[in-house]
Amino acid sequence: MKYAEEFRDRTIAQGLARAIAAQANPQKTYRFMEFCGGHTHAIFRYGLEDLLPANVRMIHGPGCPVCVLPASRIDMAIGLAERPEVTLCIYGDLMRVPGSQGQSLLRAKALGADIRMVYSTLDAIRSAEQAPNREVVFFAIGFETTTPATAVMIRIAEKKRLKGLSVFCNHVLTPPAMHSILGSPDMRNAGLPEIGGFIGPAHVSTIIGTQPYECLAEEFGKPIVIAGFEPLDLMQAILMLVRQVNDGRYEVENQYSRAVKRAGNQRAREEVSDIFELRDQFEWHGLGLVPNSGLKLKKAYAQFDAEARFAIHELRVADNPACDCGAILRGARRPVDCRLFGNVCTPRTPIGSCMVSSEGACAAYWKYGRHRAYQVMRAS
Amino acid sequence: MRVNQPKLDLENGCVDLSHGSGGRDMEQLISGLFHQAFGNKWLARRNDQSAFNVGTGRMVMSTDAYVVSPLFFPGGNIGSLAVHGTINDVAMAGARPQYLSASFIIEEGFRLLDLKSIADSMGEAARGAGVYIITGDTKVVERGKADGLFISTTGVGFLADGLDLSAEKARAGDRVLVSGSLGEHGVAIMSRRQNLAFQTQIISDSAALHDLVAVMVGAGGGGIRVMRDPTRGGLAATLNEIAHQSGLGFRLQENAIPVKPEVAAACELLGLDPLHLANEGKLVAIVAPDMADAVLAAMKAHRLGCDAADIGEAIADDHHFVQIATSVGGVRIADWLSGEQLPRIC
Repeated sequence: MKYAEEFRDRTIAQGLARAIAAQANPQKTYRFMEFCGGHTHAIFRYGLEDLLPANVRMIHGPGCPVCVLPASRIDMAIGLAERPEVTLCIYGDLMRVPGSQGQSLLRAKALGADIRMVYSTLDAIRSAEQAPNREVVFFAIGFETTTPATAVMIRIAEKKRLKGLSVFCNHVLTPPAMHSILGSPDMRNAGLPEIGGFIGPAHVSTIIGTQPYECLAEEFGKPIVIAGFEPLDLMQAILMLVRQVNDGRYEVENQYSRAVKRAGNQRAREEVSDIFELRDQFEWHGLGLVPNSGLKLKKAYAQFDAEARFAIHELRVADNPACDCGAILRGARRPVDCRLFGNVCTPRTPIGSCMVSSEGACAAYWKYGRHRAYQVMRAS
Repeated sequence: MRVNQPKLDLENGCVDLSHGSGGRDMEQLISGLFHQAFGNKWLARRNDQSAFNVGTGRMVMSTDAYVVSPLFFPGGNIGSLAVHGTINDVAMAGARPQYLSASFIIEEGFRLLDLKSIADSMGEAARGAGVYIITGDTKVVERGKADGLFISTTGVGFLADGLDLSAEKARAGDRVLVSGSLGEHGVAIMSRRQNLAFQTQIISDSAALHDLVAVMVGAGGGGIRVMRDPTRGGLAATLNEIAHQSGLGFRLQENAIPVKPEVAAACELLGLDPLHLANEGKLVAIVAPDMADAVLAAMKAHRLGCDAADIGEAIADDHHFVQIATSVGGVRIADWLSGEQLPRIC
């Protein structure tokens, strides 16, 4: 498989591992957060922690759109899907995410709600074309990567005059979330050393570029390295972070230069800004209400906005107090620190969303790193 | 007086409720379509059951229901799958499958042309495997009560004396052999699923494995502890099952696991793991270390095992994990699949 296998080369990976071990100061502990769930997944999928020295530790961030979706938004979606006139189109990962009462879209579907799993926004358009008398609602979710596809869908719906199609918008933004984590007192309160630097998102950065991270690096004095999703990308990015820390630098560096430019994808950004605008605040599971962190449709596109169209009221629900997802999403705790992990909460019986999404830290620990989790539990 | 019954309109006709009502229409469907396709001396006697001779030794029986969607896919259809799948379940005991039963639950309105094509595939698959479909049943349900067609088959086979393959016989140090590249059936099916259609050259690996099994048993005898065909849930599910049943764990080498580049590419695209994808013509065998090379050589010499590989070993592990040494030098586990394998969203 060309263009993928080259980035999984064992010899190069081990060369990078030796370089990290050689350059990491044994007197120091390096704690780097990979923001993105895709990176968390890759770290566990390839067992990269086995290649790192004991004093270079990865902290898993909140960059998994399903994980940061508050239960209230699932409740709202189930409410929508239960309306007899509505066909709800969703991405598969959302199916099993628990709502505030433990209910899920999967269960709502089994009970008769018209919920369809789609693979792209084009599937939702097709559904709307095939059923012109139905209210087809697309559950739009994701960071900056998936927002342009939703924008294009709305453009097409407008052009084709698809009166039955609307969007339940849950798109969120990366830089405000990073800002929220860096400003969070969690780490200090937990007596943990601070995050020493970030591995920045890969796909998100193809859209927004590297520029939006520059003020974060400057304001908080933290190095940020944008990295691809392959194992060699991650190993190289970790080496770049170690070097920055050793040099006392806090720059935004771009390891993923084969896909990411400083200015990002101008065309995609324009599409998004034509159709969406910032919400004053948006609730994140784990981070709470984060200012200017979510998008909504502009007034001009209100006809496509499911929240306006069905007069849905914003809900606020409390998280399960026993579930540590919130602290895990902020990087303040590890999945194995949660007392529900592996006994009450497993992928078959998820309590928190971090166990549901394939990119959630708890799911990655469970699915790929459980053997390591037992080692950690035994050690502590 | 002889009733002049119209012929089955195989070109344009469809199944209706009368084809399941026990009357002449049903008789016509069975004799004109199923018997034509399966033709053998047992069915020709037209009884509700068939008697067959048994020799000495033990018999093996297995049953399976087939509800695959779509019914037709690259490399086969629900009919050939229903024959191969049950043959393989019987064969995994080390047995020689001999007889099958087949029952059909057909949705009203199902095209006779499609039914004929499926029955013909079953007949062809059975003949190709030297197995006979000797009894069956047909039911027709109202529109909306079945997804076109469901088939259930039961297989009976014979086991040579002294063979007793079972998961609990696996021992630490045993080798893990697979008969070929993984995930082709899963990808072939997905490539034809509505709303996921993508272009691929991959066809289902659906095949009857009993001949390969016979060759392996000839080479390895009692050194073969257990065999399974990794169908739903893929190799990961099969090895997790064996790990739990045997009280062991497994340690595999990722680089040794055969996966075709096209399957690997489809998995990358859809966010799937080839170890979770279904196979319908592959087996995994846990073999005593001193016999593993001989069994592997016998597999490689067979047309259905030419890509066979030794992918790892059974190890002592209280947690019964299936661990994989990854391509870059780390370790991860291969877990059971939770729910349906779903594409990721970004």
